[in-house]
Amino acid sequence: MMKYAYFPGCSANTTGKSFTVSTAYVAEKIGVELVEIPDWNCCGTSAAALTSPELAVALPARSLAIADRELPGLDVVAPCAGCYRSLKTSLAFARESEENRELIKKIINAPYEAKADVLTLLDVLATDEARETIAAKVQRKLRCLKVACYYGCAMVRPADVCECDNVEDPMEMDDLMELIGAEPVDWAFKTECCGAAQQMTIPVQAKPMIERIFQNAVANGADCIVTSCPLCMLNLDMREAEINRARVANGLEPFDIPCYYFTELIGLAFGADPDEVGIDIHFHPAKTLLLQRELDALELEEAENIARAEEARKKAEMAAKIAAKKAEKAAKEKAAKEAAAQAAAQPEEGKEAAE
Amino acid sequence: MSRIGVFLCYCGSNIAGTVDVEAVAEMARSLPEVVYVETNKYTCSDPGQEGVKNAIIEKGIDRVVVGACSPRMHEPTWRKLLADTPVNPYMLEVANLREQCSWVHKDREVATAKAIDLVKMAVAKVARLQPLHSIEIPVHKKALVIGGGIAGMQTALDIADAGFQVTIVERETSLGGKMVMLDKTFPTMDCSACICTPKMSEVGNHPNITVKSYSEVENVSGYIGNFEVTIREKAKFIDYNLCTGCGACETKCPAKVTNAFEQGMSQRTAIYKMFPQAVPAKPVIDAEHCLKLTTGKCGVCSKVCPTGAINYEDEDKLTTETYGAVVFATGYKLIDWKPLYPEYGGGKYEDVITGLQFERLVNASGPTEGHVLRPSDRTEPKSVVIIKCVGSRDPNKGKAYCSRACCMYSAKHAHQYLDKVPDGKCYVFYMDVRTPGKGYDEFYMNTLHDGAQYIRGRVSKIYKEGDKLICKGEDTLTSSQVTVSADMVVLETAMVPADGIDELAAKFTVGRDADSWLVEAHAKLRPVETNTAGIYLAGTCQGPKDIPDSVCQAGAAASKVIGLLNKDALQSNPQISRVNETLCQGDGACVNICPYGAISIVEKQFRENSRKVVRPVAQVNPGLCQGCGACTVTCRAGAMDLLGYTNESIMREVDALCQW
Amino acid sequence: MRFLDLSAISDADKQACEAIARDAGVNLKDCYQCGKCTAGCPLAESMDLVPREVIRYLQLGAVDVVLEAKTPWICAQCVVCSSRCPQNVDICSVMRAVRLASKHAGKRPVPEADIFDDEFIANVRAHGVSNEQYLAAAYNVKSGHFVQDMGNATRMLKRGMVGVAMHNTKGRANVAALVDRALAADSTRRAQADEGKGGEA
Repeated sequence: MMKYAYFPGCSANTTGKSFTVSTAYVAEKIGVELVEIPDWNCCGTSAAALTSPELAVALPARSLAIADRELPGLDVVAPCAGCYRSLKTSLAFARESEENRELIKKIINAPYEAKADVLTLLDVLATDEARETIAAKVQRKLRCLKVACYYGCAMVRPADVCECDNVEDPMEMDDLMELIGAEPVDWAFKTECCGAAQQMTIPVQAKPMIERIFQNAVANGADCIVTSCPLCMLNLDMREAEINRARVANGLEPFDIPCYYFTELIGLAFGADPDEVGIDIHFHPAKTLLLQRELDALELEEAENIARAEEARKKAEMAAKIAAKKAEKAAKEKAAKEAAAQAAAQPEEGKEAAE
Repeated sequence: MSRIGVFLCYCGSNIAGTVDVEAVAEMARSLPEVVYVETNKYTCSDPGQEGVKNAIIEKGIDRVVVGACSPRMHEPTWRKLLADTPVNPYMLEVANLREQCSWVHKDREVATAKAIDLVKMAVAKVARLQPLHSIEIPVHKKALVIGGGIAGMQTALDIADAGFQVTIVERETSLGGKMVMLDKTFPTMDCSACICTPKMSEVGNHPNITVKSYSEVENVSGYIGNFEVTIREKAKFIDYNLCTGCGACETKCPAKVTNAFEQGMSQRTAIYKMFPQAVPAKPVIDAEHCLKLTTGKCGVCSKVCPTGAINYEDEDKLTTETYGAVVFATGYKLIDWKPLYPEYGGGKYEDVITGLQFERLVNASGPTEGHVLRPSDRTEPKSVVIIKCVGSRDPNKGKAYCSRACCMYSAKHAHQYLDKVPDGKCYVFYMDVRTPGKGYDEFYMNTLHDGAQYIRGRVSKIYKEGDKLICKGEDTLTSSQVTVSADMVVLETAMVPADGIDELAAKFTVGRDADSWLVEAHAKLRPVETNTAGIYLAGTCQGPKDIPDSVCQAGAAASKVIGLLNKDALQSNPQISRVNETLCQGDGACVNICPYGAISIVEKQFRENSRKVVRPVAQVNPGLCQGCGACTVTCRAGAMDLLGYTNESIMREVDALCQW
Repeated sequence: MRFLDLSAISDADKQACEAIARDAGVNLKDCYQCGKCTAGCPLAESMDLVPREVIRYLQLGAVDVVLEAKTPWICAQCVVCSSRCPQNVDICSVMRAVRLASKHAGKRPVPEADIFDDEFIANVRAHGVSNEQYLAAAYNVKSGHFVQDMGNATRMLKRGMVGVAMHNTKGRANVAALVDRALAADSTRRAQADEGKGGEA
């Protein structure tokens, strides 16, 4: 049993509902217990960082301090990438020096020793133990589904804070998708920023950020995007329609690329109904593709079965031919031997006869 | 009682302008054991020197203190002078009254007081000095050159032409190094192979040069004039006395191996010559990939060889020889950019290549016979991006230094590409264009006129959309974000020292800098010598440089070697470490600290308390010791002494400064 | 085209630039203007100064140009610039430091960005958590973009993602006090820095 302290984040019950539902579904199936940090508060995200450095480290520290106190020995999981970066930044600051910890303690007005580590949900699901369990629980491989795994910026950068050793081309989500039978595509915008806040403050200028992500995913053959952050998800999924309207107005092909949480797809592979893991409340239609690919997978399987059967038939046929040839050859040899024996016997007989 | 003479110099007004030399002389006369004091306007002048000599004879002086300029300047002058007198040249102490006194002080009183202290110290020290004598070190008139690239070959040829024997050790199977891989050379665009291969055969045929290919230095001992070097010649599995180099074996070998000479862009056989003009012009068997040697099956080459030269039982051979001088010409390699630049695809895009790969692509004898075809689909790229400073000038991901040759060869690459693909487009992303060299900037300007589009800015990312490589950069001259949809990208990557340089340099105790480039003895005045006497540097092992500079340096290193080998014997510096074996604990701290590998621990027999005992003690090799003194301060037992700077004499100096 | 009289740039201007660099933890002299930051920036085309130019003006001591610039207020803090910089200059932190300096100097070149963050913090201060629907509404009212994302709001309502209920943490009073203490600590630090500067002068 793997047990973690759980920091849901402000979007968990609102815009990130599907993430919460599908996370709970997957966690339950693979025996990961997520214990919600009591009375957690907003991490402050970039708004706090752009207001005051003190505020940026103190807001996450309050929740982390509660976790240390109430859930000792458990590491903290923050599924939202925005929350993850805020918590990690605060944690790194606290661990840097005694002086920093004193400052935090004064502001949060509580003891805090920065004991618990902060993890993403991907960290939790990418452990060997979790991967083994996931592999064992897969009931239906999501074959034929070409996924572009989108990690976003906040989970990987700054690399030293996020402890990420491959900020340009992370692979954890890709590996999980492979594990459930989907086909991750090699694409280049895995960690490009989608500009969640900018879509509010400078919506016109920020649209290309999303558009370029769709563009590169499509150009590299993906038929959907898989995310690990509720902010990215909302941004991409909800705004695809607006982007398409603008594209059509400019005479461009609209995109048709649904977005999923990686936990939703794992849930599906475990046998969940799409509605059970929150796929019913996506903005861009997300069920048709899944059905299409399920059909593709069945057809592929059928074709494979036929090919296998054909192969087996051919093999059997050839084996039969070989057996026949061998038998023929053996019969001939036998006949030849008998003939030779006869021939050998004959002169004797002849001799005998002559005698 | 010693008889000390003190000679104080005015150095015109250089010293006398700030120091009251006469007051110093007055004080010196009062010092014990000083029998004579003289001042002079220029002690180093001919009449000045004559005066010193005469005084020594007349006054029966046996130790000399000179208060003048830095010993760096004139100590050799005074030693030479003493050699003509009955006084041993090492019974001398120079008090530095100029660089460390008059030049750095303004106040006459203070400077004079300091000068008095300096002279007092010198007198105290000189009284404790012992006569020292040089020994003669014989010089083996043979040189070893490590590395058979253009620098190594040039060095070897120059030394050999002067009449000395030279051995070249080359790790690869052929001479030629990097230069022979190149297509053309800037700024004159002569064919690299056409000027390099004649050098190779000249080296191969020179009566004074022995080429040991496929060989590496295994072990070294000894010192200047007498380096004993063991060379490992890797098993070639071919008897070179029988092999005619006909090549029949290569055509029949079934094994296929990635061709490193072609930068991984084609395949070779397991029995192979690196390239057709290789020297020696005979193949070797690559034991790692040969089917016969790995699986026991095959043996085709042996069957087709008309002279029976194949020998699957061949083994590495070790030979040891003595050399008077060693030249490092170990060269460079290109930095492995792939793990450093994930934003450039980290190697996952086949059409993002290095400059050396491009050299092979435009080379008529390369994998595409000189047609510019991109590796992925062998089509002609109509749009090429060249990115400079990949790994250079990038302390975050690569090296902080400038690799020096890339500005020119990227201009060359742009020129060559536009020449071969006239309807192609070429973009060069650069931060600076550095072209200090004869005809270099003109070459760059010509490339601009050829139509190369230079964009000032680093590329941030290369990514794939369709079959195009999108290069995203900034044109900093217009502050515009720019993208180029390229068919192929050439990364002009940083030069780094050749593999294994750290281990090799450590064997010879040659210093390296933080990036493992070998360090010259003096950046300006001794650029081809190392701090280890008798070892010299040529080419890029010392730092990134282009072919003309490498050849220049090779000639310079050769002239130093020739100068050394011309001598029959060398006078050793007698100011070296001496072990007091009674005090020595044999713990080896001195061995570890010695930068020249001059100290070893040996078992020696002693009589102690009228009993024979055997215990380990340190032993100094007088040929290797450079007199740096590191061992003397490291030895906890105080058993190490530096002759000429003994612990006792230095303590006397300190006493002189503190007690009077 | 901007005209700069370099001789007219005062020591105070230069010190102000240095102070920003110190807050960001960078040495401005490290930057050799290669433009890799700008090349990779997902928002550079919307900026009035590209990120490289922000650093350049700081190097020159032209603090006013930088404090008036929209760029730091447009920056998404995605850190791609810093992660690829060959000279290890944390450009992203510089953007943050410039933006804070600009804010404290009473400027807000992109009012929407300032309003959004202020409303966000106000929301957190009041409820302990951020209530997206109320944040969006307050932002629309204050920024004057009344109908922005209204269609999306309806879509969210339909999906049960947002409602009228306000979420609160139990310890919201506690969070409010924390925010106040943090902001107080922030202004104390800045006041001390100003004093230090006065002392030096």
